[in-house]
Amino acid sequence: MISDGKFGKYGGIFVPELLIPAIEELESAFYQYKDDKNFNKELDYYLREFAGRPTSLYHTQRLSEKLGCKIYLKREDLLHTGAHKINNTLGQGLLAKFMGKERLIAETGAGQHGIATAVIGALFGFPTDVYMGSEDIKRQRLNVFRMELSGARVISVESGSKTLKDSINEALRDWITNVDNTHYLIGSSMGPHPYPTMVKHFQSVIGRESRKQILEKDDKLPDAVIACVGGGSNAIGIFSAFQDDREVELIGAEGGGEGPSGRNGATLSFGTEGVLHGSLSFVLQDDDGQISEAHSVSAGLDYPGVGPEHSLMMVEGRAKYEPVMDNEALRGFKLLSKYEGIIPALESSHAVACAEKYAKKPENKGKTIIINLSGRGDKDMHIVSQKMGAGV
Amino acid sequence: MNNGPETYPEMFKRVKEKSEGAFIPFVVAGDPDLETSLLVVKEMVNAGADALEIGFPFSDPVADGPTIQAADVRALKSGMTTSKGFEFIRHIREFTDIPIGLLVYYNLIYQRGIGQFYKEAQKNGVNGILIADLPPEEASSAIEFSKKFGISQIFMVAQTTSNSRLSHISQMAEGFIYVVAVKGVTGARSDLERDTLDLIHRVRKHTDLPICVGFGISKTDHIKKVLKAGSNGAIVASVLVELIEKYQEDRRVMLMEIRRLCLALKKATRGCGP
Ligand SMILES: Cc1ncc(COP(=O)(O)O)c(C=O)c1O
Repeated sequence: MISDGKFGKYGGIFVPELLIPAIEELESAFYQYKDDKNFNKELDYYLREFAGRPTSLYHTQRLSEKLGCKIYLKREDLLHTGAHKINNTLGQGLLAKFMGKERLIAETGAGQHGIATAVIGALFGFPTDVYMGSEDIKRQRLNVFRMELSGARVISVESGSKTLKDSINEALRDWITNVDNTHYLIGSSMGPHPYPTMVKHFQSVIGRESRKQILEKDDKLPDAVIACVGGGSNAIGIFSAFQDDREVELIGAEGGGEGPSGRNGATLSFGTEGVLHGSLSFVLQDDDGQISEAHSVSAGLDYPGVGPEHSLMMVEGRAKYEPVMDNEALRGFKLLSKYEGIIPALESSHAVACAEKYAKKPENKGKTIIINLSGRGDKDMHIVSQKMGAGV
Repeated sequence: MNNGPETYPEMFKRVKEKSEGAFIPFVVAGDPDLETSLLVVKEMVNAGADALEIGFPFSDPVADGPTIQAADVRALKSGMTTSKGFEFIRHIREFTDIPIGLLVYYNLIYQRGIGQFYKEAQKNGVNGILIADLPPEEASSAIEFSKKFGISQIFMVAQTTSNSRLSHISQMAEGFIYVVAVKGVTGARSDLERDTLDLIHRVRKHTDLPICVGFGISKTDHIKKVLKAGSNGAIVASVLVELIEKYQEDRRVMLMEIRRLCLALKKATRGCGP
């Protein structure tokens, strides 16, 4: 192994011995191709021509006025498939192609990552199997249909709690069984090494563009960068370009669900240290270490773990993580829709709500904020209309 | 004089002297409830088990297939905790001295405190600990405490394990080397891959420790084959757990079926010793 995959004491490779050769192979391929000219040329091509990069850094007018801050949106919602997830699936999909793999597997909760993987399967001609909890399949029929249209097979997961964490378990089991020809395309900056490092690498394009764009527009760095945190990939992607600029506040908005005493997905805010899905990080669990079920109004933040680098950034004080409750996120959703005509994904609505709270503090008046708008809200119409009593 | 439980070396010596292989059944502590699983273990011991593998249930057992995950779910539903797991071991020690190995996922140990977990394991009569999701790369603390408390740290190797890893793992391991018979997770399978037998030969070249084969061993014929190929024992899990699942509503039949299968499996180890 080239690296131990540690971020401070977090991260690592907590997997069955059977997976070690696959992880060694993946790690070595990743370090080989991440700086390879042909690989990057091809990746840039697809990011530009297929996914729609670069995305704009949009200066909001009415929202800025309303909140008394200068608010920019990094428009990942404009990407193909509607979210930042495609940055990662393109990167890993291309890596699988360079590695000579013949099949992709992925886990998905709400279906966003599943769709982004199915699309890459179609693009590169990989047979693709997506594991999805049977509970999630019931809740997200439309996304299942979208994946199937792109040629993916959606496999219903009946084990455990039948949600995202169980789909990850099933995908890991599949990978254990089919390591020879299969690439497991993990959807966030979590899992065993090299995934957290690799997913960050492929998502860091968000940060690189944002930094360049803000310097072009403002000739100075922002005061704060705010992103929602599920597994942590869109957040680490945008944070990556500002990690060394200590003057830039980095804030992660977690799925606070019903709050600390209710069901939630705010792993860093309310969880404790533990080992889940291959790495040491913060997790939601009981005293014995049995993993809890997470809950958030947005399926993408509904995960009881979090990427290990966020754990380090939190304990070192480099980033702050704040729980945003379901009802606050819905307010953020409406706020951006109404003031800017941009309907955010419910995940991203957490970042919007977090920015609103930040802007309302007197000491933050007039500051410059970048919100990472990780995705668009089309997929959430059903649930939001239900919550608003519109019943579309 | 008999000081506490039989050790792994003593057990392997005992079966070898009888030209047998070791029969090691697996059960999830508390499946479907503490009382029943204790009776299951009793049947296994009476039917001739040479050692035991006891799984502590975990909510997210990635190395296990659906059969054992379902057993974990049943056990957790019945109220199993780490403390009750150790209590379970203590009760087993009231009726047998054969070696007991724990099969656990790392988070249970991490939450208990690694040192504390090993200390309690020793106090309650555990011989060995295998951590399903802890490769040698992450095992230094576990090994430190295993030495401190005199517990064998057991490691798995698989077909995908390279020769250089094999020698590295053989040096760290104690008790026995756990050879994973199939590519994949636990679960009963009908045929044994040719590769498994080759793997046993390969492992044999790298270690003097006893070898036990597990994952997918479900028939007397599998046991005969792996013992003939040079394994010192066979670990049988999913077929036994399937019986618990199948007869959970009728404990009497469950225990009878467990007994019958264990007798047959133990019989298969006779005359097959290396
Ligand atoms: C739009 C959007 N944002 C954020 C997330 C959360 O993931 P991550 O924390 O990895 O960015 C998801 C996950 O599905 C998503 O769809």
